[in-house]
Amino acid sequence: MNDVLDVALRLLVVFAVFLVLPLVVGQTEHKVMAHMQGRLGPMYAGGFHGWAQLVADGVKFAQKEDVVPANADRRIFQLAPAVALLPYLLVLIAIPIGPSESAVGQVIDAGLFFVLAVMGVGVLGSLMAGWASANKFSLLGGLRTAAQLLAYELPMLLAAASVAMAAGTVSLPGILEAFEWWWLPWQVVGALVFFTAGLAELQRPPFDMPVADSEIIFGAYTEYTGLRFALFLLAEYAGIVVLCALTTVLFLGGWHGPFGADGLGWVWTLLKTAVLAFVVIWLRVSYPRLREDQLQKLAWTVLIPLALAQIALTGIVKVAIQ
Amino acid sequence: MIGLTLAAAATQGAGVGAGASAAAGVGNGFLSPSGVEIAFLLVGLVTLGAAVVTVTTKQLVHAALWLVVALGGIAVEYLLLTAEFIAWVQVLIYLGSVVVLLLFGLMLTKAPIGRSPDADSGNRWVALAVAVAAAGALVWVVVDAFRTTWIDLDGPVQGSTKVSGEILFRHWVLPFEALSVLLLAALIGAVVLSRKNGDPDNTTREASPREKGKR
Repeated sequence: MNDVLDVALRLLVVFAVFLVLPLVVGQTEHKVMAHMQGRLGPMYAGGFHGWAQLVADGVKFAQKEDVVPANADRRIFQLAPAVALLPYLLVLIAIPIGPSESAVGQVIDAGLFFVLAVMGVGVLGSLMAGWASANKFSLLGGLRTAAQLLAYELPMLLAAASVAMAAGTVSLPGILEAFEWWWLPWQVVGALVFFTAGLAELQRPPFDMPVADSEIIFGAYTEYTGLRFALFLLAEYAGIVVLCALTTVLFLGGWHGPFGADGLGWVWTLLKTAVLAFVVIWLRVSYPRLREDQLQKLAWTVLIPLALAQIALTGIVKVAIQ
Repeated sequence: MIGLTLAAAATQGAGVGAGASAAAGVGNGFLSPSGVEIAFLLVGLVTLGAAVVTVTTKQLVHAALWLVVALGGIAVEYLLLTAEFIAWVQVLIYLGSVVVLLLFGLMLTKAPIGRSPDADSGNRWVALAVAVAAAGALVWVVVDAFRTTWIDLDGPVQGSTKVSGEILFRHWVLPFEALSVLLLAALIGAVVLSRKNGDPDNTTREASPREKGKR
């Protein structure tokens, strides 16, 4: 009985994090983008600096009519938002935020594989949405999503493999236990490749060709309204949280910090994740969108060779220090 | 072409599903099945059903999505057999990449919403024969190989990453390397086929200044 309660409690906490952190990132994006562009952003909802803007947005989304286009494939159209969102919830279960056993939803032996595998499934949601909408802009968005995913999955996996080689394990807590500070310079190329490829997988600017508003309206999500549209947006922000947390765990040492390691490890994890989320927002404000051919070229001629070089470097150093 | 690939993949799915179910049926837990065994059988049935729908549905994209269910079901079966590593690799490679590639191909060529009555190549019975033969061979091999073996669920994990890695790189290195050479050959072949002969790509125009990526 105690075990059941324990598991239920953990799942509840993960679910709460899943609901809160993406909204925090979203609100931060509103404000950070606004200030970088010389405006104020939301100021009214909730009183203090518009903190409740996203809550108000949520209420608005819930009130909207849920429209399914007449020619759409009804069931797949309605299923797609869930397929896009749920994988990120599952991934959060495996990410450790602190050194103790109680600071991770569930320790998974092949955690690295679990995380990357399940994250890849989320893209199926965009493909389903793009196809089922019976809209050519949606279909174009779906196509671009698929092309982008195929190009960026490989460098992401290779970069992650480099860390797994360095640590000698694919368990996420195991990788963090093996972490030393000099891994930062050692794995820095892998970290950059991983983060860039992750951004592309989330379709965040500058890799937002699949939802390029000036060309194809809103890509795969063009026909969506109300709560289903909100679920897609939530998936994007949950994806940012997952990507930043994962980069923190794999490349930035997670709960390790220069001081206060005892009991305060989770603060370090959250802090690093927050800084990375800020970088994600920053990139959105400061970079123009890449064209499709530039996108593919970047993946195949820059990121993959860099990731392979990182793996070679990891192997050489690993053999040398043994 | 795509239909054929789908059929082949689904055949594999059906074969593995059927083989796995058969393996569960044999064994001492048959009369007093444990929860895991019941779950295994149920997931096996779902997998088999999804695989059958994959090859019989008239809607191409639905077939690809049912293939997702079938391949996911196999991943769950691996999990129940404690082969955790293999299960996640299955999700990563098949669900995350192969199905996405398939959907990409479908969308790029022809993916109407609704039925496509012309999607039958007329080889239905040949395909069925091949599928039954493949499934029969797989069931026979699996049942014959694991007739009296069952997994001790309370003991040490038998399919962890460490164990899988050790077995793969100690006992099965040669097949592993042979397979990687085969894949490399396929990769080089694909590169060669996709290159245009002699005509260097001269579309290196400058990127036009675009509006900031604001949605």
